[in-house]
Amino acid sequence: MNSVKKVNRRDFLKTGATGAAGLTLTFALPSRLAAQATGSVARLNGYVHIGADDSITFVSAKSEMGQGPLTSLSQILAEELECDWKKVRTEMAPVDPKLYGPLQGTFGSLSVRTSWQPLRAAGASAREMLVEAAAQKWGVNKSQCRAENGAVLNTSTNARLTYGSLAEAAAKLPVPTTPALKDPKQFRYIGKSLKRLDTPLKVNGTAVFGIDAKVPGMQFAVIAKCPVFGGKVASFDATKAKAVPGVKQVVPVSSGVAVVADNTWNAMEGRKALQIQWDEGPVAKWSSPGIRQMFADLVAKPGAVARKVGDADTALNAAAKKLDAVYEAPYLSHAPMEPMNCTAHVRADGCDVWAATQIQTAARQKAAQITGLPAEKVQIHTLFLGGGFGRRGGDDFIADAVEVSKAIGGPVKVTWSREDDMQHDLYRPASLTTFKGGLDAQGNPVSFMSRTACPSFAGMQNGVDRAAVEGIADLVYDVPNLQVEYHQGEPGIPTTYWRSVGYSQNTFFTESFIDEMAHAAGKDPFEFRRGLLAKTPRALAVLELAAEKAGWGKPLPAGRARGISLVNNIGSFNAQVAEVSLEKGKPRVHRVVCAVDCGEVINPAILEQQIQSGIVYGLSAALKGAITIDRGRVQQQNFNTYDPLRMDEMPVVEVHIVPSHAAPGGIGEASTPTAGPAVANALFALTGKRVRKLPIRPEDLA
Amino acid sequence: MAEIKFNVNGKPQAVNVSPAMPLLWVLRDTLGMTGTKFGCGMALCGACTVHLNGQAIRSCITPVSSIAGKNITTIEGLSPDSTHAVQRAWLENDVPQCGYCQSGQIMAAASLLAKKSKPSDADIDEVMKGNLCRCGTYQGIRAAIHRASEILTASNGAANKGGVA
Repeated sequence: MNSVKKVNRRDFLKTGATGAAGLTLTFALPSRLAAQATGSVARLNGYVHIGADDSITFVSAKSEMGQGPLTSLSQILAEELECDWKKVRTEMAPVDPKLYGPLQGTFGSLSVRTSWQPLRAAGASAREMLVEAAAQKWGVNKSQCRAENGAVLNTSTNARLTYGSLAEAAAKLPVPTTPALKDPKQFRYIGKSLKRLDTPLKVNGTAVFGIDAKVPGMQFAVIAKCPVFGGKVASFDATKAKAVPGVKQVVPVSSGVAVVADNTWNAMEGRKALQIQWDEGPVAKWSSPGIRQMFADLVAKPGAVARKVGDADTALNAAAKKLDAVYEAPYLSHAPMEPMNCTAHVRADGCDVWAATQIQTAARQKAAQITGLPAEKVQIHTLFLGGGFGRRGGDDFIADAVEVSKAIGGPVKVTWSREDDMQHDLYRPASLTTFKGGLDAQGNPVSFMSRTACPSFAGMQNGVDRAAVEGIADLVYDVPNLQVEYHQGEPGIPTTYWRSVGYSQNTFFTESFIDEMAHAAGKDPFEFRRGLLAKTPRALAVLELAAEKAGWGKPLPAGRARGISLVNNIGSFNAQVAEVSLEKGKPRVHRVVCAVDCGEVINPAILEQQIQSGIVYGLSAALKGAITIDRGRVQQQNFNTYDPLRMDEMPVVEVHIVPSHAAPGGIGEASTPTAGPAVANALFALTGKRVRKLPIRPEDLA
Repeated sequence: MAEIKFNVNGKPQAVNVSPAMPLLWVLRDTLGMTGTKFGCGMALCGACTVHLNGQAIRSCITPVSSIAGKNITTIEGLSPDSTHAVQRAWLENDVPQCGYCQSGQIMAAASLLAKKSKPSDADIDEVMKGNLCRCGTYQGIRAAIHRASEILTASNGAANKGGVA
């Protein structure tokens, strides 16, 4: 488990070394204070470089999109390395499958989960090498030496050698195969709310995001894409576009027609003047009502069984009380604040790509495929991501820039307008789920059945896309008879992961229907859930903590009500209690209390930020978010018609952490699924109206 | 195309661009000052917020011709060393997550505090609802604006004690 890969000796570098395009590497690397190490730098392994100036560089294979890996992963490394936190800086890793695995990227709330052991091992291994180097220098046994805050101490003589003075010798030593890890009781960085390393760059405009890439001689481009998904260019006339001042070239690419200019604005003006005939293709036949009808027709028939426990049909027939309901969720756009963009420079002998990407290996593969270059000749320079949420795992925006650069023979930045971004996203799929539930005479659930129609967006296996039914098939509650079915309904709208994936809609469905069952049983929704969690103590604990901290059951001012929800996703557990009212018929969320158990916590302040963030993302979807389709086109264009939660709509969010030394769970996507159902359940408590379709509309509450 | 002159962060600039070109793209593409961000192009998200003679404006819909002869302040020029009260409060509270909207948030907050040194929550809502944040840092922003207000009050108090007033 603790294996550490050794980097090649030739990787001893002097800083200021140049990349393939003759640019200094630091251009692409968001570092702590945008400072460079001075003098030689020794690479002890794929994650840690130590400078002669005692600087410690954490090389991050995880993209920074706000979720804080540059800081939290640095904490894990620094803990075991036993270095001085003040000397830690960060760099983004190049693509290197040997060091960072065949799928190098940042997704699935996996950064801490998958880096926890490797980074502890990398830190501990480097520390042991530094201790060994010191022992050799002093000619003493290493048992006489101890690592301490960035230096090795000779315990007999009290002599000290700093890591910087030992690094070059240490890097030449064999890598320990099973370095000794610290006892968690001795942790001094892990578990502390250390300040984020990226904040200083993000308050003065110096953080370099994908869209901020600057390459000498670069031109600026936008691309006209067919408004209908899958549509192609039939013909185009560039005469008027080329007459726009600043427009240099108009070139066809696989996603449409690119207008290349001396700045982004002129490229946009040129695009307005472009005349294109589109071949719209088969997706043009789909509009939202037809997609909904297709889903409804599918769920009228039995689907592929995703999970079966006991005999849900028989149990339902024998139930004292039966319920059924239809739940629906729309397509959603990720809408990160930074629209998609990419800068590329394709040359005969190589290709450089500067991008805010979540999956570096996919970006490299796409560029290699387009250029015909071997993958090793493609350099991916990862810049800060202005939000990701799953969107930046795509390679479509990478392809745009690489294709345009190849066509014009020089460096180019392709920028998507907000409209491009919203209308050419890879969406959270729309979904429709029917439920049937049965209660016995005492109000205990005896049967839970569901049938989901949803596009496949994560791959089919035995007729089931697990992502499309996650949050239902892994029902956290103990119900003796369960049957979960799935139908693939495929109108051809591009889809992908959206923060919390299937849980983003299915937790709303499940937690609302469980709430319906509680009310049908005549039980308090919190008590009803509590009675079904004996086999899942961590779920029970967060449910109880959220209820306690929210004052569940205690009186509220007139016109207010509470709702509760629970999820077990990404290896973590969280429960939320929302407090709502109606203001002029519109739902208003005043307070959300979240209790979370994600195992070992690396940085509580970052955890709290992520919980708040996920709640805002979930509330935006529940209260306001819908992407609708008209003849194969997205109807929403910008933030006026797809408007996320704003400051004046922000509830007070309280986060309570369950202390734990269990293996770390994920956190970036933890709290998004629970926000919507907590609010919908509170609105039911307030109005008696059950919301079964997102987003929540005032007319559904009247 | 026409030559248009104005000041950015106290430094004179002359650009030869289309008069209709929004200030945002002049800053980013012509002058290479990328701290100011593109978010929507329609004054809907606030990511492009800069100051025009001290007032917050959305640079994405401001034709560069309209600012001829005027003074623009961007995030890069709010302070020379991140010591403006708003930046200090942002650093203390670790407000940013992805950080993309934060230049605009900071410029909007600085303009609010320049007009109202002790803003209420309602004042903050009114001004800051124009600045979107998809990471949901609103709670941090609100706390940091109140903190910046305290920093300003303390420094004004200190200045007053030392002054003739």
